[in-house]
Amino acid sequence: MAFINYASREINCKLVYYGPGLGGKTTNLQHIYEKTNPESRGKLISLATETERTLFFDFLPLELGTIRGFRTRFHLYTVPGQVFYDASRKLILKGCDGVAFVSDSQAARMEANIESLKNLEDNLTANGFNLKEMPYVLQLNKRDMPTAVPVEEMTKALRYKDEEVFEAVAIGGKGVFETLKGLARLVLQDLKKAK
Amino acid sequence: MPLADTVMYEDEFRQIQEVLKRLSSEANIRAAFLIDRNGQQIAATGENIEGMDSTSLASLTAGNVASTDALAKLIGEKEFSVLFHEGEKDNLHISLVGNKAILVLLFDERSSLGLVRLRVRKTTPELAGIFEGIDKKAAAERAKGSSAESPFAEITDSDIDALFS
Repeated sequence: MAFINYASREINCKLVYYGPGLGGKTTNLQHIYEKTNPESRGKLISLATETERTLFFDFLPLELGTIRGFRTRFHLYTVPGQVFYDASRKLILKGCDGVAFVSDSQAARMEANIESLKNLEDNLTANGFNLKEMPYVLQLNKRDMPTAVPVEEMTKALRYKDEEVFEAVAIGGKGVFETLKGLARLVLQDLKKAK
Repeated sequence: MPLADTVMYEDEFRQIQEVLKRLSSEANIRAAFLIDRNGQQIAATGENIEGMDSTSLASLTAGNVASTDALAKLIGEKEFSVLFHEGEKDNLHISLVGNKAILVLLFDERSSLGLVRLRVRKTTPELAGIFEGIDKKAAAERAKGSSAESPFAEITDSDIDALFS
Protein backbone atom coordinates (compact mmCIF):
# COMPACT_ATOMS: atom_id res chain seq x y z
CA MET A 1 0.00 0.00 0.00
CA ALA A 2 1.96 2.95 -1.19
CA PHE A 3 1.06 6.35 0.22
CA ILE A 4 0.54 8.90 -2.54
CA ASN A 5 0.40 12.46 -1.26
CA TYR A 6 -0.89 14.82 -3.96
CA ALA A 7 -0.61 17.76 -1.57
CA SER A 8 3.13 17.49 -0.93
CA ARG A 9 3.75 15.60 -4.22
CA GLU A 10 5.37 12.65 -2.55
CA ILE A 11 5.08 8.93 -2.85
CA ASN A 12 6.12 6.60 -0.04
CA CYS A 13 6.60 2.87 -0.44
CA LYS A 14 7.42 0.22 2.15
CA LEU A 15 9.94 -2.49 1.33
CA VAL A 16 10.57 -5.39 3.69
CA TYR A 17 13.70 -7.53 3.94
CA TYR A 18 12.67 -11.00 5.08
CA GLY A 19 14.63 -14.19 5.72
CA PRO A 20 16.09 -16.58 8.29
CA GLY A 21 17.98 -15.40 11.38
CA LEU A 22 21.58 -14.24 10.86
CA GLY A 23 21.05 -14.25 7.09
CA GLY A 24 22.21 -10.64 6.57
CA LYS A 25 19.02 -8.55 6.41
CA THR A 26 20.34 -5.92 8.80
CA THR A 27 23.70 -5.99 7.01
CA ASN A 28 21.93 -5.13 3.73
CA LEU A 29 20.40 -2.05 5.35
CA GLN A 30 23.66 -1.07 7.02
CA HIS A 31 25.46 -1.17 3.68
CA ILE A 32 22.76 0.92 1.99
CA TYR A 33 22.97 3.40 4.88
CA GLU A 34 26.76 3.68 4.64
CA LYS A 35 26.87 4.08 0.88
CA THR A 36 24.01 6.53 0.45
CA ASN A 37 24.44 10.27 0.35
CA PRO A 38 23.41 11.57 3.83
CA GLU A 39 21.01 14.02 2.17
CA SER A 40 19.08 11.14 0.64
CA ARG A 41 18.58 9.08 3.73
CA GLY A 42 17.32 9.38 7.27
CA LYS A 43 18.55 7.66 10.38
CA LEU A 44 19.01 3.90 10.49
CA ILE A 45 16.99 2.73 13.45
CA SER A 46 17.67 -0.70 14.87
CA LEU A 47 15.47 -2.17 17.55
CA ALA A 48 17.91 -4.86 18.59
CA THR A 49 18.81 -6.95 21.62
CA GLU A 50 22.02 -6.41 23.57
CA THR A 51 23.69 -9.00 21.36
CA GLU A 52 22.69 -7.03 18.26
CA ARG A 53 20.04 -9.46 17.13
CA THR A 54 17.03 -7.72 15.60
CA LEU A 55 14.29 -7.60 18.21
CA PHE A 56 11.51 -5.84 16.34
CA PHE A 57 12.77 -4.20 13.17
CA ASP A 58 15.43 -2.07 11.50
CA PHE A 59 14.20 0.96 9.62
CA LEU A 60 15.89 3.11 7.00
CA PRO A 61 14.11 5.86 5.06
CA LEU A 62 15.59 6.58 1.62
CA GLU A 63 14.73 9.32 -0.83
CA LEU A 64 15.70 8.30 -4.31
CA GLY A 65 14.71 11.32 -6.35
CA THR A 66 11.80 12.59 -8.38
CA ILE A 67 9.56 10.75 -10.81
CA ARG A 68 7.04 12.79 -12.80
CA GLY A 69 7.28 15.58 -10.25
CA PHE A 70 6.76 13.30 -7.24
CA ARG A 71 9.48 12.80 -4.64
CA THR A 72 9.98 9.08 -4.37
CA ARG A 73 10.67 7.71 -0.91
CA PHE A 74 11.28 4.16 0.17
CA HIS A 75 10.99 2.98 3.73
CA LEU A 76 13.16 -0.08 4.21
CA TYR A 77 12.35 -2.48 7.02
CA THR A 78 13.88 -5.74 8.17
CA VAL A 79 12.09 -8.34 10.24
CA PRO A 80 13.60 -10.26 13.17
CA GLY A 81 14.69 -13.57 11.64
CA GLN A 82 14.64 -15.73 14.73
CA VAL A 83 11.78 -18.22 14.64
CA PHE A 84 10.15 -17.20 17.94
CA TYR A 85 9.63 -13.58 16.86
CA ASP A 86 6.89 -14.57 14.48
CA ALA A 87 4.24 -12.24 15.92
CA SER A 88 6.54 -9.25 15.26
CA ARG A 89 7.33 -10.42 11.71
CA LYS A 90 3.65 -10.54 10.87
CA LEU A 91 3.17 -6.93 12.05
CA ILE A 92 6.00 -5.57 9.93
CA LEU A 93 4.57 -7.02 6.73
CA LYS A 94 1.45 -4.92 7.23
CA GLY A 95 1.01 -2.53 4.33
CA CYS A 96 4.24 -3.50 2.59
CA ASP A 97 4.67 -2.86 -1.13
CA GLY A 98 7.41 -5.37 -1.84
CA VAL A 99 9.60 -8.02 -0.24
CA ALA A 100 13.25 -9.00 -0.67
CA PHE A 101 13.98 -12.46 0.67
CA VAL A 102 17.56 -12.61 2.00
CA SER A 103 18.60 -16.26 2.03
CA ASP A 104 21.74 -17.67 3.62
CA SER A 105 23.87 -19.67 1.15
CA GLN A 106 25.53 -21.88 3.76
CA ALA A 107 24.55 -25.53 3.36
CA ALA A 108 23.64 -25.80 7.04
CA ARG A 109 21.08 -22.98 6.66
CA MET A 110 19.12 -24.39 3.74
CA GLU A 111 16.42 -25.80 5.96
CA ALA A 112 16.11 -22.45 7.75
CA ASN A 113 15.75 -20.72 4.36
CA ILE A 114 12.94 -23.01 3.31
CA GLU A 115 11.19 -22.67 6.64
CA SER A 116 11.46 -18.86 6.52
CA LEU A 117 10.10 -18.73 2.96
CA LYS A 118 7.09 -20.78 4.00
CA ASN A 119 6.67 -18.46 6.98
CA LEU A 120 6.76 -15.44 4.65
CA GLU A 121 4.06 -16.96 2.49
CA ASP A 122 1.87 -17.63 5.54
CA ASN A 123 2.39 -14.21 7.10
CA LEU A 124 1.66 -12.41 3.83
CA THR A 125 -1.56 -14.38 3.53
CA ALA A 126 -2.45 -13.39 7.10
CA ASN A 127 -2.02 -9.74 6.02
CA GLY A 128 -4.23 -10.16 2.96
CA PHE A 129 -1.39 -10.40 0.43
CA ASN A 130 -0.43 -13.09 -2.03
CA LEU A 131 3.28 -13.65 -2.59
CA LYS A 132 2.54 -14.84 -6.11
CA GLU A 133 1.19 -11.40 -7.01
CA MET A 134 3.39 -8.99 -5.11
CA PRO A 135 6.73 -7.39 -6.03
CA TYR A 136 9.33 -9.87 -4.82
CA VAL A 137 13.04 -10.61 -5.33
CA LEU A 138 15.32 -13.34 -4.01
CA GLN A 139 18.80 -12.61 -2.71
CA LEU A 140 21.33 -15.43 -2.26
CA ASN A 141 23.55 -13.94 0.41
CA LYS A 142 26.92 -15.08 1.78
CA ARG A 143 28.13 -16.36 -1.59
CA ASP A 144 31.70 -16.10 -0.24
CA MET A 145 31.19 -18.81 2.38
CA PRO A 146 33.15 -22.04 1.88
CA THR A 147 30.05 -24.18 2.34
CA ALA A 148 27.92 -22.09 -0.05
CA VAL A 149 25.38 -24.22 -1.89
CA PRO A 150 25.66 -23.84 -5.71
CA VAL A 151 23.48 -21.08 -7.15
CA GLU A 152 21.47 -23.47 -9.35
CA GLU A 153 20.65 -25.68 -6.39
CA MET A 154 19.60 -22.75 -4.20
CA THR A 155 17.52 -21.22 -6.95
CA LYS A 156 15.78 -24.52 -7.50
CA ALA A 157 15.02 -24.89 -3.80
CA LEU A 158 14.01 -21.30 -3.05
CA ARG A 159 12.68 -19.64 -6.18
CA TYR A 160 9.01 -19.10 -5.51
CA LYS A 161 7.86 -17.81 -8.88
CA ASP A 162 9.83 -16.25 -11.71
CA GLU A 163 11.40 -13.63 -9.44
CA GLU A 164 14.78 -12.11 -10.14
CA VAL A 165 17.64 -13.76 -8.22
CA PHE A 166 20.62 -11.74 -6.92
CA GLU A 167 23.89 -13.18 -5.68
CA ALA A 168 25.28 -11.20 -2.77
CA VAL A 169 27.94 -10.79 -0.13
CA ALA A 170 26.12 -8.16 1.91
CA ILE A 171 28.99 -7.66 4.32
CA GLY A 172 31.17 -6.42 1.46
CA GLY A 173 28.27 -4.75 -0.33
CA LYS A 174 28.16 -7.09 -3.31
CA GLY A 175 24.66 -7.43 -4.73
CA VAL A 176 23.06 -5.15 -2.11
CA PHE A 177 22.13 -2.22 -4.35
CA GLU A 178 21.25 -4.58 -7.20
CA THR A 179 18.70 -6.26 -4.92
CA LEU A 180 17.27 -2.93 -3.77
CA LYS A 181 17.08 -1.60 -7.30
CA GLY A 182 15.47 -4.81 -8.58
CA LEU A 183 12.77 -4.62 -5.92
CA ALA A 184 12.20 -0.85 -6.20
CA ARG A 185 11.72 -1.24 -9.94
CA LEU A 186 9.01 -3.87 -9.42
CA VAL A 187 7.26 -1.76 -6.80
CA LEU A 188 7.21 1.32 -9.05
CA GLN A 189 6.00 -0.74 -11.99
CA ASP A 190 3.26 -2.08 -9.75
CA LEU A 191 2.07 1.48 -9.10
CA LYS A 192 1.21 1.81 -12.75
CA LYS A 193 -1.58 -0.66 -12.31
CA ALA A 194 -4.87 0.91 -11.27
CA LYS A 195 -5.83 -0.23 -7.79
CA MET B 1 -3.52 -6.83 -4.39
CA PRO B 2 -6.41 -6.67 -1.90
CA LEU B 3 -5.59 -3.24 -0.48
CA ALA B 4 -5.73 0.06 -2.29
CA ASP B 5 -2.95 2.60 -2.03
CA THR B 6 -3.52 5.42 0.42
CA VAL B 7 -3.88 8.81 -1.20
CA MET B 8 -3.96 12.35 0.12
CA TYR B 9 -5.44 15.27 -1.82
CA GLU B 10 -4.66 18.94 -1.40
CA ASP B 11 -8.07 20.02 -0.07
CA GLU B 12 -8.16 17.33 2.58
CA PHE B 13 -4.52 17.92 3.47
CA ARG B 14 -5.32 21.57 4.14
CA GLN B 15 -8.33 20.60 6.24
CA ILE B 16 -6.21 18.20 8.30
CA GLN B 17 -3.53 20.83 8.85
CA GLU B 18 -6.17 23.27 10.07
CA VAL B 19 -7.64 20.73 12.47
CA LEU B 20 -4.18 19.88 13.84
CA LYS B 21 -3.31 23.54 14.32
CA ARG B 22 -6.56 24.20 16.13
CA LEU B 23 -6.08 21.13 18.30
CA SER B 24 -2.52 22.21 19.14
CA SER B 25 -3.65 25.60 20.30
CA GLU B 26 -6.73 24.36 22.21
CA ALA B 27 -4.80 21.61 24.00
CA ASN B 28 -1.73 23.81 24.42
CA ILE B 29 0.62 21.13 23.12
CA ARG B 30 4.08 21.33 21.53
CA ALA B 31 3.39 19.36 18.35
CA ALA B 32 0.81 17.19 16.62
CA PHE B 33 1.50 14.50 14.03
CA LEU B 34 -0.88 12.48 11.96
CA ILE B 35 0.54 9.20 10.73
CA ASP B 36 -0.87 6.37 8.68
CA ARG B 37 -0.94 2.94 10.27
CA ASN B 38 1.89 1.76 8.04
CA GLY B 39 4.24 4.38 9.45
CA GLN B 40 4.08 7.16 6.87
CA GLN B 41 3.65 10.72 8.07
CA ILE B 42 0.51 12.40 6.75
CA ALA B 43 0.72 15.82 8.40
CA ALA B 44 2.49 17.62 11.21
CA THR B 45 2.31 20.92 12.99
CA GLY B 46 3.95 22.50 16.02
CA GLU B 47 7.04 24.18 17.39
CA ASN B 48 10.45 23.15 16.04
CA ILE B 49 9.11 20.18 14.12
CA GLU B 50 11.67 20.81 11.37
CA GLY B 51 14.40 19.87 13.86
CA MET B 52 12.63 16.67 14.81
CA ASP B 53 13.17 13.33 13.10
CA SER B 54 9.52 12.98 12.20
CA THR B 55 10.16 10.10 9.77
CA SER B 56 11.52 7.93 12.57
CA LEU B 57 8.79 9.16 14.89
CA ALA B 58 6.17 7.98 12.38
CA SER B 59 7.74 4.58 11.84
CA LEU B 60 8.32 3.87 15.53
CA THR B 61 4.81 5.01 16.44
CA ALA B 62 3.29 2.70 13.85
CA GLY B 63 5.41 -0.19 15.18
CA ASN B 64 4.35 0.67 18.70
CA VAL B 65 0.67 0.81 17.78
CA ALA B 66 0.88 -2.42 15.76
CA SER B 67 2.47 -4.34 18.63
CA THR B 68 0.04 -2.90 21.17
CA ASP B 69 -2.81 -3.84 18.86
CA ALA B 70 -1.54 -7.41 18.72
CA LEU B 71 -1.27 -7.42 22.53
CA ALA B 72 -4.89 -6.27 22.80
CA LYS B 73 -6.06 -9.10 20.57
CA LEU B 74 -4.00 -11.55 22.61
CA ILE B 75 -6.06 -10.76 25.70
CA GLY B 76 -9.34 -10.62 23.82
CA GLU B 77 -9.65 -6.84 23.38
CA LYS B 78 -10.49 -5.31 20.00
CA GLU B 79 -7.81 -2.65 20.38
CA PHE B 80 -6.23 -0.25 22.84
CA SER B 81 -7.30 3.03 21.36
CA VAL B 82 -5.03 5.26 23.45
CA LEU B 83 -1.35 4.96 24.41
CA PHE B 84 0.31 7.38 26.78
CA HIS B 85 4.05 7.70 27.39
CA GLU B 86 5.10 9.90 30.27
CA GLY B 87 8.56 11.42 30.34
CA GLU B 88 10.34 13.75 32.76
CA LYS B 89 9.59 16.81 30.63
CA ASP B 90 7.72 15.69 27.56
CA ASN B 91 4.91 13.25 27.07
CA LEU B 92 3.40 11.48 24.09
CA HIS B 93 -0.29 10.83 23.66
CA ILE B 94 -1.02 8.38 20.85
CA SER B 95 -4.54 7.60 19.70
CA LEU B 96 -6.26 5.91 16.78
CA VAL B 97 -8.27 7.80 14.19
CA GLY B 98 -10.62 5.37 12.48
CA ASN B 99 -8.82 2.39 11.01
CA LYS B 100 -6.37 4.37 8.88
CA ALA B 101 -4.52 6.91 10.97
CA ILE B 102 -2.75 7.56 14.25
CA LEU B 103 -2.71 10.90 16.04
CA VAL B 104 0.44 11.66 18.04
CA LEU B 105 0.56 14.63 20.39
CA LEU B 106 3.71 15.87 22.08
CA PHE B 107 3.13 17.98 25.18
CA ASP B 108 4.91 19.23 28.29
CA GLU B 109 3.90 20.80 31.62
CA ARG B 110 2.11 23.65 29.86
CA SER B 111 -0.70 21.18 29.19
CA SER B 112 -2.13 18.18 31.03
CA LEU B 113 -3.21 14.66 30.22
CA GLY B 114 -6.83 15.51 31.04
CA LEU B 115 -6.94 18.46 28.65
CA VAL B 116 -5.19 16.48 25.90
CA ARG B 117 -7.61 13.57 26.26
CA LEU B 118 -10.60 15.87 26.17
CA ARG B 119 -9.44 17.69 23.04
CA VAL B 120 -8.47 14.45 21.31
CA ARG B 121 -11.90 13.01 21.96
CA LYS B 122 -13.52 16.07 20.42
CA THR B 123 -11.22 16.21 17.40
CA THR B 124 -11.01 12.54 16.44
CA PRO B 125 -14.47 12.29 14.79
CA GLU B 126 -13.65 15.35 12.70
CA LEU B 127 -10.41 13.79 11.45
CA ALA B 128 -12.11 10.45 10.85
CA GLY B 129 -14.72 12.26 8.75
CA ILE B 130 -12.01 13.78 6.55
CA PHE B 131 -10.53 10.31 5.96
CA GLU B 132 -13.93 8.92 5.06
CA GLY B 133 -14.21 11.71 2.51
CA ILE B 134 -10.82 10.81 1.06
CA ASP B 135 -11.82 7.15 0.78
CA LYS B 136 -15.01 8.09 -1.04
CA LYS B 137 -13.15 10.38 -3.39
CA ALA B 138 -10.51 7.75 -4.14
CA ALA B 139 -13.16 5.07 -4.70
CA ALA B 140 -15.06 7.38 -7.05
CA GLU B 141 -11.89 8.05 -9.04
CA ARG B 142 -11.15 4.35 -9.25
CA ALA B 143 -14.71 3.71 -10.43
CA LYS B 144 -14.23 6.32 -13.14
CA GLY B 145 -11.19 4.29 -14.17
CA SER B 146 -9.07 7.37 -13.89
CA SER B 147 -5.81 5.47 -13.52
CA ALA B 148 -4.59 7.67 -16.35
CA GLU B 149 -4.56 10.50 -13.83
CA SER B 150 -2.15 8.59 -11.66
CA PRO B 151 1.28 10.22 -11.87
CA PHE B 152 2.71 6.75 -12.31
CA ALA B 153 0.54 5.53 -15.13
CA GLU B 154 3.08 6.61 -17.71
CA ILE B 155 6.20 5.67 -15.78
CA THR B 156 8.96 4.25 -17.94
CA ASP B 157 11.99 2.07 -17.30
CA SER B 158 14.26 5.05 -17.93
CA ASP B 159 12.40 7.06 -15.23
CA ILE B 160 13.18 4.26 -12.80
CA ASP B 161 16.79 3.91 -13.97
CA ALA B 162 17.27 7.65 -13.47
CA LEU B 163 16.48 7.25 -9.76
CA PHE B 164 19.50 5.01 -9.32
CA SER B 165 21.96 6.81 -11.55
